[in-house]
Amino acid sequence: MDVAIVGIGIHPFGRTPSRSGLEQGAYAAREALKDAGAAWRDMQFAFGGSASAGSADALVNELGLTGIPFINVANGCATGGSSLISAYNAIKSGEYDIGLVAGFDKHERGAFNADPKSLGIGMWYGETGMMMTTQFFAMKIQKYMHDHGISADTLAKVAEKSFINGSKNPNAWRREPIAVEEIANSMMVNDPLTKFMFCSPSEGGVALILCRADMASKYTATPVYLKAATLKSRRYGSFEVFAPSQALQQVDGPTVDAARAAFEMAGVGPRDIDVMQLQDTEVGAEIMHMAENGFCEHGEQEQLIQSGATHIGGSMPVNTDGGCIANGEPIGASGLRQVYENVLQLRGQAGEHQVPNDPRLAYTHVYGAPGISAVTILQK
Amino acid sequence: MSNQVPIAEGLFTWPAANPALLGSRCKSCGIAAFPAAKSCMACSGQNVEIEELPGRGTLWTWTVQRFMPKSPYNSGETPETFKPYGVGYLELPGGVRVEGRLTENDPAKLRIGMEMEVVFEPYRTEDNGDEVISFFFKPVA
Repeated sequence: MDVAIVGIGIHPFGRTPSRSGLEQGAYAAREALKDAGAAWRDMQFAFGGSASAGSADALVNELGLTGIPFINVANGCATGGSSLISAYNAIKSGEYDIGLVAGFDKHERGAFNADPKSLGIGMWYGETGMMMTTQFFAMKIQKYMHDHGISADTLAKVAEKSFINGSKNPNAWRREPIAVEEIANSMMVNDPLTKFMFCSPSEGGVALILCRADMASKYTATPVYLKAATLKSRRYGSFEVFAPSQALQQVDGPTVDAARAAFEMAGVGPRDIDVMQLQDTEVGAEIMHMAENGFCEHGEQEQLIQSGATHIGGSMPVNTDGGCIANGEPIGASGLRQVYENVLQLRGQAGEHQVPNDPRLAYTHVYGAPGISAVTILQK
Repeated sequence: MSNQVPIAEGLFTWPAANPALLGSRCKSCGIAAFPAAKSCMACSGQNVEIEELPGRGTLWTWTVQRFMPKSPYNSGETPETFKPYGVGYLELPGGVRVEGRLTENDPAKLRIGMEMEVVFEPYRTEDNGDEVISFFFKPVA
């Protein structure tokens, strides 16, 4: 049994002081139901996640008490991807016909401050200032630039593209283009990454309605099929965030593993993908994830990015809605935002940020602590 | 005379004439880890023993932390007195790559592959006057 996405809803990302995270989630859920022409009472199950804005299942208080099983999902930056996989399997198993996936969040300003104890690491690690995701990303791209010849200018060009795409997306947080020189010369945060090269914690909500493929036409004229949804955690030897030590011998990370499994599941290859949303918590992540997901060789990004290949009109459009850099990262909603964007792209409804040439296959990828990746492949 | 206490028990030998980081090594597969773990992340084995890690290695990657982290960061600094600090992974021969703060925070003086040694120095002073000792990586002159 194939699984189709028949409804999508979003609450604009950024800062909305007048609405709680839960209210933003409910807003997105209502939009998704409206998009599918379905009612909340039609939903047979729900999966949802929020890191900082309360329990996702409290959405039932907003949407109505219908008695459905609503399961909370918590998997760091891969929360949305994990909710989606859970819903996919719930329908694929034959247990349910239709259900809702929701993610929302509302974070305080400033970098995330993770708790070492929650990951089984001693307090000394946080006390000495090493429990910082920004450091990990900076050290990973620092090593990658050294090994694969990526230039500092290419880092700035990735953020330049994010803000250009964000300026075309009415739901994005950062909607003004920023000149490449301003990005490169902004405050250094974690060498080699400057302020405008990072995403920030933000707010927003996304919801999706999934159903059995053979019922999709009841809800939409433009169903989008979930051809693959995979999640992998790290194996011994991969270089991951929040690691007080790591192995001398390196193996592929969870992104490589999740990508391979997804391509196998969908029966397609990287060259078949028309548009891709890749986790870009900062510019280095976008660069490295291009290769880790199989879309280019290590080091090839330098030429691809400099030549504009990753722009909306390019040969491999990446993060067409502005990605995390222009949308910020509300943890519970972020991975689902990528899927929302891909459904828009495949329906041809992305407006100013629509990629040309009638895209058929779209790809999403998230990465989170302490070393997990989730991938989806959508097809129209 | 102030009392010197380690930032965490079991992280390194202290007090000691020649302090060293304490890792664990799996007796089944030979893999080392830091800090010492009770089971092996590589093979799931539980037959591990604690050993002193080498005190010198090469810098595998690095960054400089330019803003003051939120809690649980606890260096005794205030936003006014905060000084950017280097962080890196030191590749220890025959052991593991260990993450640590660097004594150097000038990017011009840091490069991948440079030789560094593990040093043990005061990190902060507690209200009772105790000096909290932590480990740092220092460029070899």
